[in-house]
Amino acid sequence: MKSKIAAMSKTSRDNFKTYAMVLIVYVVVMIFQAAGLVSSQMSGLLVPLCVYATMAVSLNLVVGILGELSLGHAGFMCVGAFAGAFFSKITENSMGTFPRFFLAIVIGGLVAGIFGFLIGIPVLRLNGDYLAIVTLAFGEIIKNIMNVLYVGQDASGLHFSMTSATDLNMDGATGNLIINGPQGITGTPFDSTFTAGIIILMISLIVVLNLMNSRDGRAIMSIRDNHIAAESVGINITKYKMTAFTISAVIAGCAGSLYAHNLASLIATPARFGYNMSIMFLVFVVLGGIGSMRGSIIAATILTLLPEILRFMAGYRMLIYSIVLIVIMIVNWNPKSRAWLAEHNLSRFLFKKHHEKKEVK
Amino acid sequence: MALLEISNLQISFGGLRAVDDFNLNIEKGELYGLIGPNGAGKTTVFNLLTGEYKPDEGIVKLDGRDITGKSTIEINKAGIARTFQNIRLFKQLSVIDNVKVGLHNQYQYSTATSILRLPKYFAVEKEMNDKAMALLKVFDLDQEAEYLSANLPYGKQRKLEIARALATNPKLLLLDEPAAGMNPNETEELMKTIKVLQKDFQMTILLIEHDMKLVSGICERLTVLNFGRILTQGDTKTVLKNPEVIKAYLGE
Repeated sequence: MKSKIAAMSKTSRDNFKTYAMVLIVYVVVMIFQAAGLVSSQMSGLLVPLCVYATMAVSLNLVVGILGELSLGHAGFMCVGAFAGAFFSKITENSMGTFPRFFLAIVIGGLVAGIFGFLIGIPVLRLNGDYLAIVTLAFGEIIKNIMNVLYVGQDASGLHFSMTSATDLNMDGATGNLIINGPQGITGTPFDSTFTAGIIILMISLIVVLNLMNSRDGRAIMSIRDNHIAAESVGINITKYKMTAFTISAVIAGCAGSLYAHNLASLIATPARFGYNMSIMFLVFVVLGGIGSMRGSIIAATILTLLPEILRFMAGYRMLIYSIVLIVIMIVNWNPKSRAWLAEHNLSRFLFKKHHEKKEVK
Repeated sequence: MALLEISNLQISFGGLRAVDDFNLNIEKGELYGLIGPNGAGKTTVFNLLTGEYKPDEGIVKLDGRDITGKSTIEINKAGIARTFQNIRLFKQLSVIDNVKVGLHNQYQYSTATSILRLPKYFAVEKEMNDKAMALLKVFDLDQEAEYLSANLPYGKQRKLEIARALATNPKLLLLDEPAAGMNPNETEELMKTIKVLQKDFQMTILLIEHDMKLVSGICERLTVLNFGRILTQGDTKTVLKNPEVIKAYLGE
């Protein structure tokens, strides 16, 4: 085993460490849970934790690998959540739990992917700040549309409305309201488990890391580094921007569907799918290191657990949270602190070796 | 038939005729120099040839095929590759990955193949790796293959840019001031490398350069640009002795 690891290239070894980290955390949590050492509050956080970590990986694909700032990622998660929950609702009585949940995740991803593709067409013509602002707007539009969307099902099929539930004109006897505007979807089956979450996180990681170390991944990163040079060697910029953006949206959609199957009532509230959520995902990415998938996951974990751990501080909770955030950012990214850590041989705990500079004589 | 035929190329920016009535024929295997004082329009000619700018008038033919007004990607696929005056490497990619991006269009496998790590992925990646290493060896960069390209010294960055351009398998290589910022030793080495490209790769090269030692040392023919117009063209020795050329460079 050991010799096999040593024989791998540096990148594969690094990817392997990331997979191992996720699996070790999973095993440890499962053991703790079996021993009854995890409070109900904490175990309630396990699925959201996987959702946020997956979202961080998804956003890092756009921000770190493609090099474009997206501030609307919660929108894709929202689409995935509603698509997945909707599917589970209409097939609740006709399918077994496992195939239904599996398909719900796939459908959440596919629908979000379609949205990502369609939104990508206009948005990816822009870059930098403009792209960020337009994605922010799209994220908000998606959330607001979900708040006025009414969908019902009766004997004659599906009914859609954007005004009210009565406008659906459903058959009273068999009518079943599925998406009820601002009340969203209630009663989605609780299919999400920590195991399912870890599987989705692992698949997302494998997809993104494998993509990075491939022909397509190099093309995407070359656009990030210098789009003029990329074009001059024949890289189709639009195609690869779309590829990265769509894959990222698919992953966000899967995470959203996972999220929806963990909620008693799925409502497109600003707290769940608004821009502050998108910003939070961005914080995970920046804090963990842009382009570093492992860092994103660690940051997502710490920042999701921190408010819970600080709960005993009651009113001061968010204040402490913010201070911790600022301190971590400074320690992690300030050149002076980085130099100090490197001097004292501590840097390996914080940064990927990959980024270390090599001097060429 | 010449490899590159340019006739009556013209472009204006606002009221300024940046390039006017530009004609040039380059034969296969030739090492051709484009010189002229700063602001004469040399880089503009390169940008017109690579599709960065669309010409207002004129025709560009590569190997008999009309490529006028085509996109940068199409022109690259047709067989023109370039380097840049201010180095444009993929700085956060390793040296070898920079070359592999250049190889992008010559090796194919789908996105799904890469994500699922199908056998084809490993087979094609190995081919790409071997090809990229072979190219790096030509430029004496194989020892630094895994380094971040941003960490290479200046002269090697220039070489890597040429290697990347060469990886796209071009018929014509455009070098925009390859010796800019190099010390005499590096320039000497670069001249050798360019000669190798011409001899061993049968590459046709058009280069812009200010370093007269390099120009007179390796270019067979020259075109001199001044204020967007051709001042004179012909074989290197004759052109460099032309009093008008000396006047354009040194003033009255």
